[in-house]
Amino acid sequence: MHIVVSIKQVPDSAQIRVHPVTNTIMRQGVPTIINPYDLFALEEALRLRDAYGGEVTVLTMGPPMAEDSLRKALGYGADRAVLLTDRYFAGSDTLATSFALSQAIAKIGETFGPPDVVFTGKQTIDGDTAQVGPGIAKRLDLVQLTYVAKIASIDLAAREITVERRCEGGTQKLKSSLPCLITMLEGTNEMRRGSVEDALCAARSRIVKWSAAEAGIEDLTKCGLRGSPTVVKRVFAPTARSEKAAQIDTAEKTLRDLADELIVAIFTRQPALEPELAFEGA
Amino acid sequence: MSSANPDTPRPPAGRAGMKKELPERFRDYRHVWVFIELERGQVHPVSFELLGEGRKLADKLGVQLAGVVLGPPEEATQNAVAEAFAYGADLVYFIDAPLLADYRNEPFTKAMTDLVDTYKPEILLLGATTLGRDLAGSVATTLLTGLTADCTELDVDADGSLAATRPTFGGSLLCTIYTLNYRPQMATVRPRVMPMPQRADRGIGRVITHKLSLVEHEIVTKVLGFLPDSQSGTANLAYADVVVAGGLGLGGAENLQLVKSLARAIGAEFGCSRPLVQKGWMPADRQIGQTGKTIRPKLYIAAGISGAIQHRVGVEAADLIVAINTDPNAPIFDFAHLGIVTDAVRFLPALTEAFTRRLSPHSRDKLAS
Repeated sequence: MHIVVSIKQVPDSAQIRVHPVTNTIMRQGVPTIINPYDLFALEEALRLRDAYGGEVTVLTMGPPMAEDSLRKALGYGADRAVLLTDRYFAGSDTLATSFALSQAIAKIGETFGPPDVVFTGKQTIDGDTAQVGPGIAKRLDLVQLTYVAKIASIDLAAREITVERRCEGGTQKLKSSLPCLITMLEGTNEMRRGSVEDALCAARSRIVKWSAAEAGIEDLTKCGLRGSPTVVKRVFAPTARSEKAAQIDTAEKTLRDLADELIVAIFTRQPALEPELAFEGA
Repeated sequence: MSSANPDTPRPPAGRAGMKKELPERFRDYRHVWVFIELERGQVHPVSFELLGEGRKLADKLGVQLAGVVLGPPEEATQNAVAEAFAYGADLVYFIDAPLLADYRNEPFTKAMTDLVDTYKPEILLLGATTLGRDLAGSVATTLLTGLTADCTELDVDADGSLAATRPTFGGSLLCTIYTLNYRPQMATVRPRVMPMPQRADRGIGRVITHKLSLVEHEIVTKVLGFLPDSQSGTANLAYADVVVAGGLGLGGAENLQLVKSLARAIGAEFGCSRPLVQKGWMPADRQIGQTGKTIRPKLYIAAGISGAIQHRVGVEAADLIVAINTDPNAPIFDFAHLGIVTDAVRFLPALTEAFTRRLSPHSRDKLAS
């Protein structure tokens, strides 16, 4: 089977700092990583390939340096990597991104064989929208299975897939058909250690690089800022609360006294809590 | 690259999408819609929170607020219509069909996009739940319009545009996003970000029914089963009145027991900050913050949590935030209401014990005397 995994190179958000004066993001020196949620999608794709045979193609859209993430993915054992990179994609919102990626996936299908499953992570850690996966599915007219916790079975002959997906209040078991798009839930598997062979291969592999035109995108008005219905008008820092927390003085008090003092302070500030907490504890 | 082609449009130099003139075909788009999320007979509370917010937007625009109810032909679906009115809708767009019994993307996307194409709302709001996000992405792409995820603030601009504010870069900054030349302007909002409006029994208003133009064999996806969380012990953090959470300051996974004990003693839910989920100390559904749950409890006790901005976004709507941390400079003291600079690992057992003493009726009498 042919599996396409769409990943994104993101700044490691744990290391992002905001400039204290200008309130702008300080990007310098912030390391980039593969979006952590995408690793669950990639590992699941590799497992399916190992179980059913076939190939995994990893795709990303981004600046030329996004090649680093693709090499990492090859190091984990992906078979092929495609970088979609063009200045026309700059400023893409989720609608424009899903357009470009869907066009690239269609081109991957023409060039390397049609995909049976397209994977993405459930969302990225920089945008957090969870919109690109559903967007790609709609553009390619694929069944979308979001927040998938488990792929229960695949029947390649019958072109059927059964998954368990996380939804409000529980887990849904769904049967659908191939090809489909799956967004993988976090914590569903653990990324393997790449083999030495894969690491060597990754370093030497040629990465397929496509511009918009090479990916078969004819209508550039659907890309980048021009293809983005949403426009960011203002970026600003959240307003800081003026007062700091009222401190409970800990000097020369036993933990027991301190605890009692805190409880009194809680109920003084929040009298409405008393009946509730008393009810629960009674 | 195809740069040689003179017909190829140049990449935009600036904000090409900022053109203000709304295309002719969108000019009769009116009214604010809220998708009323209904699954297995229950309306998700986020829908009422959105009706409260939608009411404000509709009033500012001088238009009507509508609920959209999609569900199977059952009493629960009818109840959802009544509840939409009770929480402020002026009218309800309604489709009932057996195909809408369990959520599946295909029939719900079809139902929603048909309604939008027919009745043309200018704003469409959905909850950023798993269902709402699944649906919103498909609907926006089908309609080729803008969608802003996880908004924390919605407003209407002087010219009537929806200004949707959401956290960006992991919550460290906020940005305000507009959908300028497309309609509807779509946004999702997470549960508990907006306050719950007052419920008022106002009777059923105008209901506009619509037919679902889809039959079962056109739908590829079939529901085989459902396992509710009540059988898997999953947390309902977002709607808990009291929440206790632990962070890296607890030192080790074994100390999370202290958080759970306190939570049990006071009938609270327990949770944690993101690093603990990343370390595998707690399951992801217990995570509080920007990429976890937004909470709005009456009391929030944060033990050993430093209070990174990502965490702050998820808890700042709490009525009373109590922070316990050894570091007096921890950012959590900037947004907590009450703080104790002490080691949570030592203090939590004492606090649990004190609450237990106080909360038993016998000891409460003693304390009062």
